[in-house]
Amino acid sequence: MTETVQSAAAPPAPAAAPRVGRTRDGIAERLAQDLRDGFVVNLGVGIPLEVPRFIPLGVEVILHAENGVLGMGPLAPPELADNDLTDAGKQPITLVSGAAIVDSATSFAIVRGGHLDVTILGALQVSEDGDLANWYVPGRNPAVGGAMDLVAGAREVWVAMEHVDRKGKPKLVSQCTMPLTGRNCVTRVYTDLAVFHFVDGRLRLRECAPGVTPELVRERTAADYIEELGDAADA
Amino acid sequence: MIDKFREDVLAVVDIVPSGACIAIGGFGSSGRPDTLIDALCDLGKRDLHLVVNNVGADFLGVGRMLVEGRLRRVTASFPILQEFYDEYFAGKVELELIPQGTLAERLRAGGAGIPAFFTPSGAGTMLTDGTFVDGYNPDGTPASHLPPRETRVFNGREHVLEYGIVADFALVKAHQGDRKGNLRFRYSARNFNPLAGMAGRHTFAEVEQLVEVDELHPDDIHLPGVFVDDVIVALPTSPKQPVLPTGPVP
Repeated sequence: MTETVQSAAAPPAPAAAPRVGRTRDGIAERLAQDLRDGFVVNLGVGIPLEVPRFIPLGVEVILHAENGVLGMGPLAPPELADNDLTDAGKQPITLVSGAAIVDSATSFAIVRGGHLDVTILGALQVSEDGDLANWYVPGRNPAVGGAMDLVAGAREVWVAMEHVDRKGKPKLVSQCTMPLTGRNCVTRVYTDLAVFHFVDGRLRLRECAPGVTPELVRERTAADYIEELGDAADA
Repeated sequence: MIDKFREDVLAVVDIVPSGACIAIGGFGSSGRPDTLIDALCDLGKRDLHLVVNNVGADFLGVGRMLVEGRLRRVTASFPILQEFYDEYFAGKVELELIPQGTLAERLRAGGAGIPAFFTPSGAGTMLTDGTFVDGYNPDGTPASHLPPRETRVFNGREHVLEYGIVADFALVKAHQGDRKGNLRFRYSARNFNPLAGMAGRHTFAEVEQLVEVDELHPDDIHLPGVFVDDVIVALPTSPKQPVLPTGPVP
């Protein structure tokens, strides 16, 4: 990794600064490398929806949609759009070979019953205890959908998000100030700058994105974490 | 002889009184029983408490009920429609917001004779700790909150007590149905429909195709007629308005 030392005086994520780290697609691409053959995965909106394009060849992942679809394929082209077959965002979809349809209770039995390997979600904030806030900005219109079930039930909760918000404020924080979706539920965080894992209840920095230094990550993170880069991460 | 097929939709649903609690199937416009909903609107039913996942992103179905001012309370996970929120914040309609899986399971449980159950969904959040405002005063101040849930720890994790929902009536939409009330759904239009159907004390089903008894193989029936009281034929679906993707996550 290139050790480009950033000026400590640099303000966090100035809008005009040249982009460092991964693009939104780059975050999705990096996360997709960690999906294993046979995983059953649910995707939230935002960056997570870009993940399927980057799933490595030879890795078969079953995509689950909360409205009762197992084996979701790409969005349907207009000529194949069928209002009886949509994803959780109400967009017309296709099915892959081997797909199955269930009712909403069975769909969430899959989720809460521990049959979903990973849910990939966007986030407003993630705390150093693995708390997630991603469903509601106070003052806006409250709607929750399946987010609370997904984080309560999936075996792994992977967050794909920008490292800081639009105002440059860190989204990895000591304590969430936004309303929680779930407590102690996040297991990994993929951002434009880094990859973090939660292990034994502690947040651990496992990777910096190409061209990103651990110092820059530290500067733009408001959560306490352990640095476990390089060989330590393989332990 | 059992024959649940009814020709006259308005006569059938007129037994629903204003003020009733009604469970409705559908996920967005997919599998939404618009013919039955329109009949309730045409009959002028008001003051309704709906248990339904979405309040439209269009002005059909539940969205129509909302804009016509027919709703008193909505139990939902993802209301979507801006006009709904305008009414909610103005104190004209209440919102019981619950996680989608909890909504599905509360309907299933209600229909299955399970009065309550513990679930991890929503534990430790404002939807279960008594801080979520479910109704506003006309001046915009909070009038009431969702009650805090009882909690219990299982396997080291906090769970919340949720109650099964038994609705006075249920409206469902199926692809095929027969005169015994047996229903078969199509693709993801199934969603909440079988659960709403189970949860209704009296369940109306609209079907796209009325088929002969025995045309549906017993193995292929998704909701048996034991849960269904009246079957009507759905009016042909008008071309659906495009539904915009929307979500709370950035």
